[in-house]
Amino acid sequence: MTGFKKFVEKVGLPRLIIGSFFIVLIIVALALGLNAPFLFSDIIRRWMMYSILVLAMVPGVQSGIGLNFGISLGVVSGLLGAVIAMEVSFVNGWFYHFGAGAAWLTLLLALAIAIVISALVGAAYGMLLNRVKGSEMTVSTYVGFSSIALMNIVWIMLRFKNGQLKWPIGSGLRNTASLQESFGGLLSDPMVYESPRSITVYADVSDVGSVSVQQPKSLGFLAIDVNDSGFVLPLGLILVFALCCLIVWLFSRSKTGIALSAAGENELFTLSNGINVDRMRILGTSISTVLGAIGIIMYAQTYGFLQLYNAPLMMGFTAVASVLLGGATVTRARISNVIIGTLLFQGILTVALPVANELVNVSALPEVTRIIISNGIILYALSKTRGGNQR
Amino acid sequence: MPCPKRGEEIKDEQKIANTMTNPDNNISERIKTLLFDNKVMIVFAFLCFGAFMVSGMQLEAVVAEVFTRIARNGFTVLALLIPVFAGMGLNFGIVIGAIAAQIAIFAVVYWRFTGLGGMMLAVLIATPLALLFGYLVGKLFNKMKGAEMIAGLILGYFADGLYQLLFLVLIGGVIPATDPRYIIDGGMGVKNAIDLTGSLKYSIDRVKIIDLALGLLILVVVITGVKLFLHLKKKRQLERKDLIIFAVVAILYAITYVPAIEKHLFADRINLIVALPLFLLFVVIRNLLAIYKNSKKPDPNFNRPRSIFYIALSVLVYILTYVPALESLIMSINLPVLPYVLITGLCAFNNGLLNTRLGQNMRTVGQSQTVAAASGINVDRTRVIAMMLSTLLACWGQLIYLQNIGTFSTYGAHLQIGQFAVAALLVGGASVSKATNKQALIGVTLFHLLFIIAPQAGNQLFGDAQIGEYFRVFVSYGVIALSLAMHAWQRKKPLEEITAD
Repeated sequence: MTGFKKFVEKVGLPRLIIGSFFIVLIIVALALGLNAPFLFSDIIRRWMMYSILVLAMVPGVQSGIGLNFGISLGVVSGLLGAVIAMEVSFVNGWFYHFGAGAAWLTLLLALAIAIVISALVGAAYGMLLNRVKGSEMTVSTYVGFSSIALMNIVWIMLRFKNGQLKWPIGSGLRNTASLQESFGGLLSDPMVYESPRSITVYADVSDVGSVSVQQPKSLGFLAIDVNDSGFVLPLGLILVFALCCLIVWLFSRSKTGIALSAAGENELFTLSNGINVDRMRILGTSISTVLGAIGIIMYAQTYGFLQLYNAPLMMGFTAVASVLLGGATVTRARISNVIIGTLLFQGILTVALPVANELVNVSALPEVTRIIISNGIILYALSKTRGGNQR
Repeated sequence: MPCPKRGEEIKDEQKIANTMTNPDNNISERIKTLLFDNKVMIVFAFLCFGAFMVSGMQLEAVVAEVFTRIARNGFTVLALLIPVFAGMGLNFGIVIGAIAAQIAIFAVVYWRFTGLGGMMLAVLIATPLALLFGYLVGKLFNKMKGAEMIAGLILGYFADGLYQLLFLVLIGGVIPATDPRYIIDGGMGVKNAIDLTGSLKYSIDRVKIIDLALGLLILVVVITGVKLFLHLKKKRQLERKDLIIFAVVAILYAITYVPAIEKHLFADRINLIVALPLFLLFVVIRNLLAIYKNSKKPDPNFNRPRSIFYIALSVLVYILTYVPALESLIMSINLPVLPYVLITGLCAFNNGLLNTRLGQNMRTVGQSQTVAAASGINVDRTRVIAMMLSTLLACWGQLIYLQNIGTFSTYGAHLQIGQFAVAALLVGGASVSKATNKQALIGVTLFHLLFIIAPQAGNQLFGDAQIGEYFRVFVSYGVIALSLAMHAWQRKKPLEEITAD
């Protein structure tokens, strides 16, 4: 019995419950005769799709700002980078001039713009969080909400020419912009490397109407359909995530990184060692915001659509819940927490949809499950860490 | 919360020091602090005014809509005050109260009860539910002291998930329910919207004054009866005051049978031209009473010039009602009686609570839990009671809201309640640690004013109503973010000063 208790303590009760639920769901799914390759490739795809967003929580927690609900700031920076890059690419006719390379160029430009904006925004946001020590989570939640609402105004006021982005009638940008004619699926969709895509060319650049672009088959390793079974390994996405993890890991091993997590763990001690705690927190917030920006671009390229307006409103909650599910706390988070947490969280949601469809005909069930799990796990974590001894 | 208290003391000392060193600046200093304390409200008032000028909307329509919305939402906003007294911050968890109300509404509508009777049944069902939920929320918040706001926010979302599970899957799926008017085809889950027309719509708004008078009589009769019973049982002495109240109410009710008066009482609305002078009279009497009391027993906290100012303002407003343009504007507005009576009652309750032992305990707990515990107050219990009251009031507020709206949007009606109520309260100049009835009422007025005007203003300015709509949402989030940040900021400052010392 004590062995069992130790095991529960080590793994953590929520992880144990959710983990067993996940395994049960998979067994049920297989028993119901659902297509296993599709199911597993879906799990992997969604796992990797969200993982960078979840990774963004780690530097925030390490630097002591707690769970960064304000990741929405990074998300909107990323979206802004993506729409600007798409518009630049469209207006200058990149696909017409460069062919297949244009998609990659657009992706890189989107990332570059997003990183610059999010680093600046993140630094400013870090300064704000330094002023509100002790209430970071409440403030950051509402800063996140406000940023989404503010960007709603920006989206509707932007006058772009790219038909994929703007509404066919009226003004402003679409709710959901397809990335089909841009960088969508480059790192995760085997179809991109199998058949050519037809891409509209801006009338001011050329009057050809559209060009057909085929990504080189040599890059096909980025998204492998294993043995043509339907099981897709999004190697490109995995590599990008691994790279981000590596950078975060190397950073946390560096001198600055150690100072940063020391600042998060014990402010006064760090201060007495001559480390500028406030600067470390700004740095942590900034990195977190940048990862959020990269995360949303990777999310969008996997999903195939840019979701503007209110779609990313609750994304911060999903990310927070995932990292907590992985075993992180308000004061401690590691990369392993990100990997495990995202797998469990997204895995359940992926499997729940077809299973729920088979068993009970309620299409909203996975969404309900998401709401209950994500908020339940955050509440659980809050009750564990605060423990009634705050004041 | 010892920190803000300390901060306030420091500020107060500085204020006293300032006034002592340069007495000439007294009034200008005062005006400055007055403006500074109400900055959010003032900025918002200007914003509303500007937006109104741009929008080109009819003043009458806007004012009428504002009064409708105060009747609809005022109660819910006022439900936020008690947790603030108890130092638990802005209660985003009122969503849970709204959920209790919606479960009750669904049950009542499903069982085909209608009118005021149906509404009373809804109250009967919702009240124990809300109290239970409030108890659970309070227990949970006691585990997360210091993080009540973020916990309340997330708890609201969590409860929404459970609510969806109940309404989408359990009703029809587990709990037998088949009525095709409310259940999705296929037999599982409740439809998206439920029309309350003909059942509960306006069941509170349309209560006639005469019925209200009857209700009041019955209430007083019952209370006096209970007191008489206790008197006869020798458990409690019957006071002369009790009998006087009974007599006054009985006489008042008798007056309602005078035909000339009776015919006015069959209305369910009261014109603003009648209500406004009544309200002004109330303000004048209250302030006069305060001045009178103070002259007998001076109170250091009493602000005599302010009371005189309120009296003068009331008189001025009353004179202004005789300006023809304003008069016709005021005459065009009819207030639903019962919602406004309920709002007034809740204001009185909030004020009255602070004078009771429980209210004093809440105040003490709100200022410092350590001090409260040391003086023998059961901190956790007080906090749980505060949450139960707030949740219950929010639940009733949602009942008022839904019967006025007339369409019960099953999965959306409760979502923004916490958000909007909190934003409205903050717009009125309240903060995380201090809120009053007045701030709640001013806040709900200004907030909904912007609600009404913003889309039109956006349309006029940018040719797109959606921009105004988004702007309004941005403002409601932004005002919460700003005020939370400012509160945290101010709380941190004194701490730093202390550590620096």
